[in-house]
Amino acid sequence: MAVGLPENVFMTKLDAAASWARSNSLWPMPFATACCGIELMATAASRHDLARFGAEVMRFSPRQCDLLIVAGRVVMKMLPVLQRIWLQMPEPKWCISMGACACSGGVFDTYAVVQGVDRFIPVDMYVPGCPPRPEQLLAAVIDMQAKVRRTGTVMGKEFLARDTPMGPEPFESEERYRIQDANLVQLGGFSAAMTSAGMKRGAGNHG
Amino acid sequence: MVELSVLQQRFGTELVESTFRDNRRIDVPAAKLFDLLSCLKSDHGFNTLIDMTAVDYLEYEGATDRFGVVYMLLDVFGGERVIVRTAVNLPDPKLPSVYSLWRGADWMEREVFDMFGIVFDGHPDLRRILMPEEFAAFPLRKDYPLKGRGERHNFPVITRAGS
Repeated sequence: MAVGLPENVFMTKLDAAASWARSNSLWPMPFATACCGIELMATAASRHDLARFGAEVMRFSPRQCDLLIVAGRVVMKMLPVLQRIWLQMPEPKWCISMGACACSGGVFDTYAVVQGVDRFIPVDMYVPGCPPRPEQLLAAVIDMQAKVRRTGTVMGKEFLARDTPMGPEPFESEERYRIQDANLVQLGGFSAAMTSAGMKRGAGNHG
Repeated sequence: MVELSVLQQRFGTELVESTFRDNRRIDVPAAKLFDLLSCLKSDHGFNTLIDMTAVDYLEYEGATDRFGVVYMLLDVFGGERVIVRTAVNLPDPKLPSVYSLWRGADWMEREVFDMFGIVFDGHPDLRRILMPEEFAAFPLRKDYPLKGRGERHNFPVITRAGS
C-alpha cells in the first residue's frame, strides 16, 4: 500500500467488483415442475435459508432474474416455455439444472420427456439427486457463486465465446436408429434437420 | 336397475352383458353405440359420464378387435353404474361423439383421440389435448415405441451466444 490509501478503501478490478456483486445477489427464477420444486422451496425456507447466500429473492418474472433453476422434469410441451423464459432473462444469466430429471430425464425415458434440458438451453451447474437434498442445492449455489466470481466480466464477454450447447450430444445413438427406422415423413423437414449439424428446426415450425 | 332384456328388445341380441368385480359391463357394436348411450341417458337416468377411455388390444390374448372404447356411466340419483364397451378397428377407427349427450365428454374424447387416434364424429373441437399440436403419432398405441420416435429432440437448440 505504497500509494497510501485511507482506511476502508480497497483497490480492485472493475470485473472483479461486478462479479462480487453479482455472485452475492443471485436472483433465482424457480422453474419448478416436479418434486425437485418442493426441495427448492425447502431450500428457500427458514431451516436451510437460501438467504444466507443472497439468493432468496425468488422472482416469478424472468425479466428480474439472473439464475434459472430448472427443478424437475421438462416435457416436450413445456420445453418451448422454458426456452422462452431463458430468452426473456436479461444478461448476465446462469442456469442450474437441478435433479436427475432436469439433467438427464431421470427414469422418465418416455416419448414425451426431454432427456436433459442441457440439450436445448445452456446449463452452468448440474445438481444430481432424485430429488437432491437442500444441502446439495446450497452447495450448487455456492459453487455457482465461485464460478460467477471466477469468470465474470462487466460486459459479460465471457458468454460470447461459448457458442455450442454445453452437455451431452443431442442424440443418443439408439434414438438416432429409432428415427431412421420410423422414417417420419409426417414431421416435415425432420430428416433434413437430422443431418444438419445444428439440429435446428425450421423457424416456421416452431412457435 | 336397467335390465339387459329391456335393452336387447330395443337394440338386438348383439348386446352382451358381463360382470367383473361388481362392475356391470355391456358390450355393444359401434353402429348402435350412440343410440344405446342416448337411450341409457334419457330413459334410464344415467345422467353422468364418469369417464371414458380406450384400450389397445394389439397382441392381446383372445382379442378380436384392435381398440376397445369404454364409457363409464353413473345414475347420480339412483346410484347405479354401468360400463358400456365397444370396439373399433384400423384403418379407420371412428365413433360418434357423445358430446351432445354429456358435455363432459369434450376433453375425454380429445384425450382418446390424442393418445389412440380414434376419431369422434361430431365433436366440436377435436384437437390434441396432451401432446403438442405438431406431434405426429398416437403414443398409447401398442405398436408405438415407449421411447418415442425422436420427437423429443425436434426443438431448436439455444446456445449462450444465441441468447
